[in-house]
Amino acid sequence: MKKFFIDGQHLIRAGAILLGGLLVFIVLRALLVPPGFGDLGHFRPGALDDVAALPVHFAGRAACAECHADVVEVRRGSLHERVGCESCHGALAAHATDPGSLTPTLPDAGTVCLRCHSVEIARPAKFPQIDPKEHGDGTKCSECHKPHHPETS
Amino acid sequence: MNRREFLEQTGLFLVMSASASAALDFVLAGKPEAAPSYNTVDHWWAMVIDIEKCIGCGACVRACKEENDVPLEPYFFRTWVERYHVPAKDLNDLVAEDHPIVDSPNGGYDGFEEKYRAGDGSKNFFVPKMCNHCAHSPCVQVCPVGATFESPDGVVLVDKKYCLGCRYCVQACPYGCRYIDPRTNTVDKCSLCYHRITKGLTTACCEVCPTGSRMLGDLKNPKDPIHEFLRTHQVQVLKPQMATGAKGYYNGLDGSVR
Repeated sequence: MKKFFIDGQHLIRAGAILLGGLLVFIVLRALLVPPGFGDLGHFRPGALDDVAALPVHFAGRAACAECHADVVEVRRGSLHERVGCESCHGALAAHATDPGSLTPTLPDAGTVCLRCHSVEIARPAKFPQIDPKEHGDGTKCSECHKPHHPETS
Repeated sequence: MNRREFLEQTGLFLVMSASASAALDFVLAGKPEAAPSYNTVDHWWAMVIDIEKCIGCGACVRACKEENDVPLEPYFFRTWVERYHVPAKDLNDLVAEDHPIVDSPNGGYDGFEEKYRAGDGSKNFFVPKMCNHCAHSPCVQVCPVGATFESPDGVVLVDKKYCLGCRYCVQACPYGCRYIDPRTNTVDKCSLCYHRITKGLTTACCEVCPTGSRMLGDLKNPKDPIHEFLRTHQVQVLKPQMATGAKGYYNGLDGSVR
């Protein structure tokens, strides 16, 4: 037995190198693999928080309704009742969090209305559509139609 | 210091530093954040798109680009709208397959100019497209570094810190929903507005869709109207033969849609 160890010195050296390599691997792995990797799947769980922390630009109609209850009332029962405020008025989360920081500008009725209501064969047939060349004589839509309650004019 | 001492000291140092770095992991991770009311395991998100209601106004495309800081140039879209034009059948050549003509000028960002006229026997409709947030997503399977993944609440997300920009997932997605962000050279895609839905808001595209053609739904919430919709409509996913577990449910999807 003793003779084997004397002769097997090279085995011990090889073993030591192997062990050293293993330790280096363990250290590097512990340093490089992010915490929790693999807990939820083959990804870094922190990425979920990274994505969730991105800024919001559209406040959502519930935020609008908190201050603009009068407009909600005007829109009630109209064909546009379920159209989101920011569909026409644009992203206004900055205005919703701090009304003074951003004053919304009135959308241009010419472009905003026609994006939905210009005639186009691919739109559902029952959706109200007009050909701007034949309808309105070039006047602004909002001169006759109330955008918040289009049935009244 | 003799040789024996040196080896002993070095060995000890290595063992200690290994355990120290392992311990450091927990120190660095810190205390888990006080969980807000959102719990990932309580949700399973899906999207319903009702083609019969889509008017092709492009509000979703514009809102998506603004909400998610998507480059404004064409070819970078998280969602886009396609216009399908299926010409009338040629009665002398009924064996021929339908060849729909699909166009999507700037992804529908500026809306659609009138192109086809009524009365030629053709079929015309809009198809909004976006990531289907597949439950068995091919894009996730090919990512070599775990930078894209299915979250526990059923959303396919990208870890921008880990993405190498190798483009495997861009090729793997059967729906063409991914692009490389030219500013970071990492992949980007629809995140189902993960930063909004985890705060109780709906996605930007659903928020602005004027006809309610898009509906975000939480399949784990038994009270969500999506269940009623899926029960009362004949819905279809895109490319069901790919078995991707797509969760983008289309109502009124025509057979010619690819």
